[in-house]
Amino acid sequence: MTQTNAITTRDLKLWYGNFQALLGVSVDIKQGQITSLIGPSGCGKTTLLRCFNRVNERYGNVRTEGEVKILDKNIYEPDVSLAELRKRVGMVFQRPNPLPISVYENVVFGMRIHSPQKLTTSDLDDAVEKALTETGLWADLKDRLDAKATTLQLEQQQKLCIARLLPLKPEVILMDEPCSALDVEGTKAIEELMWSLAGKFTIVIVTHNMAQARRASHECIFMLMGEFVEHSRTEDLFLNPRNPKTAEYIEGRYG
Amino acid sequence: MPENTPVKRRKFQFFDFIEKPMELFIRICGWSSIIGIATIFVFIFKEAGPMVPRLDWVEFFTSSRWIPNPAPGNPASYGALALIVGTFGTTFIALIIAVPVGLGAAVYIGEFATGKVKETLKVVIELLAAIPSIVWGFIGLMVLGPLVKSIFTAAPGSAWSKIMVTLQLASADGGTTQGTNLLTGGIILALMSVPVIVSLSEDALRAVPDNFREASLALGANTWETVRRVLFPAARNGLLAACLLGMGRAIGETMAVLLATGHSNRIPEALTDPVRTMTATIAAEMGECVQGDDHYRVLFILGIVLFVITCAVNVAGDLIIKGVKKANKA
Repeated sequence: MTQTNAITTRDLKLWYGNFQALLGVSVDIKQGQITSLIGPSGCGKTTLLRCFNRVNERYGNVRTEGEVKILDKNIYEPDVSLAELRKRVGMVFQRPNPLPISVYENVVFGMRIHSPQKLTTSDLDDAVEKALTETGLWADLKDRLDAKATTLQLEQQQKLCIARLLPLKPEVILMDEPCSALDVEGTKAIEELMWSLAGKFTIVIVTHNMAQARRASHECIFMLMGEFVEHSRTEDLFLNPRNPKTAEYIEGRYG
Repeated sequence: MPENTPVKRRKFQFFDFIEKPMELFIRICGWSSIIGIATIFVFIFKEAGPMVPRLDWVEFFTSSRWIPNPAPGNPASYGALALIVGTFGTTFIALIIAVPVGLGAAVYIGEFATGKVKETLKVVIELLAAIPSIVWGFIGLMVLGPLVKSIFTAAPGSAWSKIMVTLQLASADGGTTQGTNLLTGGIILALMSVPVIVSLSEDALRAVPDNFREASLALGANTWETVRRVLFPAARNGLLAACLLGMGRAIGETMAVLLATGHSNRIPEALTDPVRTMTATIAAEMGECVQGDDHYRVLFILGIVLFVITCAVNVAGDLIIKGVKKANKA
């Protein structure tokens, strides 16, 4: 099976001040698949994820070396527009963080920022309905579009955080432990949503929860101490890990 | 630990002896602000009291005939309209200037500036708040007044002068010689309330959870878009409260406006007409009136009016801040 890679990193190194968090990571993440990044705390999986839309750079003391290609474009080249990059690579955070404005405005926030000309009301309305329908929120929220998004239930908030990426038609959706603030039902709902979005989007998810990685991803990347260890189909990684360190981790010997 | 362990009695110590009085002392310290404000309240109302039923309140609020020292053919009259207009006029001009500047500075310090620039600006703004009001008044009188006058007032009859008078920017009679007037007073008050607005707005912006900023940036917004579309809505109440407290500062200010407004009891017709405020009137006339006479008591009534206005502004500010906390909890 030949598949194009959505994200390719080559010898990616990253320092927070003097601390090196990534020691030359090279991975290929396939397009249209759900890839989970697993590993113990501090292994650099979240750092790696945050390189893919360069949101790491918010903190002044970050230095990055190496190459990250997203659909054949090195995103660390000087001519890359951060706004354009983040439009193509959306992100969902650990703690649901809908903006403190209405549900409607949350969904169209990205469109308003990225659209060069004025958007018509019907365009916006359509986008909201489409995004909320795709994320399974439309039935619950269609009469509450003016409600402040921060007053929704956590599960709805997290779905909304996914919904607001969709009108931008991203190629990649990054998820940083998207279910760690949710209960069992919420986790299930988000995982189902991920499966329904896979194929259309490339999804990369960081998770602490190995059961979740097993349930909700096609491929799995195991990292340890800032280094890439193993990348294979999820079922292979959990049943026949190639590297002994991977085996020990998934058996729960450390982590 | 087993429950029946005998508790060894501690030796009686000196600090046990003063613990109770110490606690009482600290308690008094805590209550002192309430005692203070209650005392002021009682004092002002006691001094103003006898005049309250006798004062012609309609005249007080609708006339600007302020004649505290009656002369034959010129009976005493206490019309404070011009003073009230003066207070609100200078405050209004101060807010028009101070709100945009203060919010802009807060946004710059909170969201754009980093490292040394940010620290320096914060310190300097605090320093600005510490400048005594008499110094501000002096600057208004000696520096800003002449500057305002040279810009707005030209030789009578000249084209510039005609334009300015027609637009009601300059006094028809040339204004005061020092250029002390409504605009000068307003600018000085603006400079005095900017530090209040900046530091409180910056607090309000800092109180916005960082994950809102991160969400907005991750959607591709730049810092300015984040400020405008996310931080302003999120910090709205805090920012409004900052502006109200800045307004409180402007209304209550005395010394600076006494020097910088021209202290002339009339309703201004142009931007650079001299005015007089309630606070300045009290400060200027309290010393020359006879304790206990009508004039003295009317000055206290002016004090009550100010007291009510500043209380209303501060309470409004507090209520709004409480609203912020509630909204953040939800």
